[in-house]
Amino acid sequence: MAEIRVENLQKNFGDFAAVKDSSFTVEDGSFFCLLGPSGCGKTTTLRMIAGLELPTSGVIRLGGDDVTFKRASERDIAFVFQLFALYPHMNVRRNIGFPLVCQGVPRDEIRTRVEEAARILRITHLLDRPVSGLSGGDRQRIALGRAIVRRPMAFMMDEPLGALDAEFRHVMCGELRALHDRLKATTVYVTHDQLEAMSMADTIAVMNEGVIEQLASPREIYDRPASLFVADFIGSPPMNFLAARSSLAPGATTLDLDGAAVAMPALRDGVPEKDLVLGVRPEHVRLDDASRLRGEVFGAEYLGTTQVVTIVTARGRVRARLASDVKVTPGEQVGLSFRPERLSLFDKASGKVLRSALHDEAPQRRREMAHG
Amino acid sequence: MSAGLTTAHSVVEPGRLSKRIATIVVVLYAVLTLLPLGWIFLTSLKSPPDSISYPPKVVFQPTIEGYCNLFTTRSRQTADYIKSLPPPSGSCEQIARDRNMVVVGTSNYAPRFLNSLIIAFGSTFCAVTLGTLAAYGFSRFKVPLADDLLFFILSTRMMPPIAVAIPIYLMYRELGLSDTKVGMILLYTAVNVSLAVWLLKGFIDEIPREYEEAAMIDGYTRLQAFRKVVLPQAATGIAATAIFCLIFAWNEYAFAVLLTSGEAQTAPPFIPIIIGEGGQDWPAVAAGTTLFLIPILVFTVLLRKHLLRGITFGAVRK
Repeated sequence: MAEIRVENLQKNFGDFAAVKDSSFTVEDGSFFCLLGPSGCGKTTTLRMIAGLELPTSGVIRLGGDDVTFKRASERDIAFVFQLFALYPHMNVRRNIGFPLVCQGVPRDEIRTRVEEAARILRITHLLDRPVSGLSGGDRQRIALGRAIVRRPMAFMMDEPLGALDAEFRHVMCGELRALHDRLKATTVYVTHDQLEAMSMADTIAVMNEGVIEQLASPREIYDRPASLFVADFIGSPPMNFLAARSSLAPGATTLDLDGAAVAMPALRDGVPEKDLVLGVRPEHVRLDDASRLRGEVFGAEYLGTTQVVTIVTARGRVRARLASDVKVTPGEQVGLSFRPERLSLFDKASGKVLRSALHDEAPQRRREMAHG
Repeated sequence: MSAGLTTAHSVVEPGRLSKRIATIVVVLYAVLTLLPLGWIFLTSLKSPPDSISYPPKVVFQPTIEGYCNLFTTRSRQTADYIKSLPPPSGSCEQIARDRNMVVVGTSNYAPRFLNSLIIAFGSTFCAVTLGTLAAYGFSRFKVPLADDLLFFILSTRMMPPIAVAIPIYLMYRELGLSDTKVGMILLYTAVNVSLAVWLLKGFIDEIPREYEEAAMIDGYTRLQAFRKVVLPQAATGIAATAIFCLIFAWNEYAFAVLLTSGEAQTAPPFIPIIIGEGGQDWPAVAAGTTLFLIPILVFTVLLRKHLLRGITFGAVRK
């Protein structure tokens, strides 16, 4: 297993920059997720690490070696494709053993290693079946088998669960993470599904338009989004945004919203008069009749353990995740209050979060990741 | 019976009547196309007088005379001379003597047939090999001016091939390729390769790139990935393309007449020559044609599974 280091990676397709000056390190043995909407450059980044695409500029190091312009076959990386890419003219056993045949591994050893991989993935009974006609989950396991049988330096996975149905995806998420914990294999995993990323990754890189917007642990990304994009992309329903125009002094702890002074974590640096956006997670919204921030209930989605109530305010719609026994009726006037210590304040123009007491307790992981 | 009770039926599944009509149409068409072939086969088993009798004979005494005449050359002799000969050594000799003739040698049919086999299969092999490599290149790599090149390749098929007969005749004479097997293989390859590139590009486009990428990540070079992963999956397309190329090269007549006369002559220009040798010997011509059909028939039957899949390939995405 090895550490993967990506430095100032850039990929242009003609005039279009798919990946812009990205740097990150995937620590040895960690599960790293590239998360973002389609077209954000996450798959291109993965393909460059794997050697299926050559970067326009930048350096990729695998276990310390510069592999930037090496062929894919010389990198000792396994890749799991979204549609599995199982060779249709070979049976399961030959599919899994195919990488070993190339390495010139003796036949007996191929046999034992294929069977070992099959046992780990519980597909021993499928070994002599043709791959056509197998279910998506079985194909998925075979693709994983073909990856792990090689004992490569690192695994690349390109939305490997994308072709499975929702229920089974959840099961495979658990299995993948368990497999990772067992093999301790450096893994780079691409997905657009935040639940997959949140549930499996040690570190998530949220990408948007070729740029890594935030690189941190799942908890960090959820609790302390670095930008409006991340705040909006992560979480379901996403973070609420309330626009405000204000100037704030360093250490300010309140933001004025229509005469309501909303308490928030102490701001580290002051800002001149500009457009700001207050970000509130739905679960940090409470109904509070005493609050001066008023709104009208638009509707409620009942979700069993909780309900999501949409409230129309003068600053836009706010979605609140409330206990399901709270009674609300559409059209009702309610007051809103937020959990002050969990609020994020963004600069609307740059989209970046403004540093506050919220970030004091944050581990300095991001900096370590980028430069360590 | 309540009015609401009806049997469920599928909208896609054809009804019984339409199935029956389809069967009738198919059978009629099959009879129509097979009738001439059947007639040729029957004629090959007739004696020369039976073959030209009117009204045509459907019931007759079968004989292998046509096949004998196809493979032998004979000369007419006097009855006294034939009587003085030792007893005939084979049934062909016997048949010839019954018509006051003796077998003097073998005809050129067998070597011409062999020429046809070498030239048709040789050119098919070349066209499909070049076509597969070119199609793979066009399908997978950024080839400068790819669209124009592909159009250029196709445009070689836009005129009737015989329109270039005279330039090719002159060129071949200068290059010493006239009446050589290499020349004919080159010519048929040139004609077929455009068809092969276009057909195969379609097939290879359908094979997802991920297969090769997976193989390359598994440690194989691009060429190995092509051989071990792409080729097996393109087998269907290659088989279908090979059949089309073979049929063209096997049946080609105009260039064969023009450019071959002896050493490299193929069967198609040879068969009509048989007619001239000692009267209109239709059974021998029919025998030559019947045998001529066999290689294509065998090849097509062997590859029919691929052919059927090949023609409908890509119609439904898996």
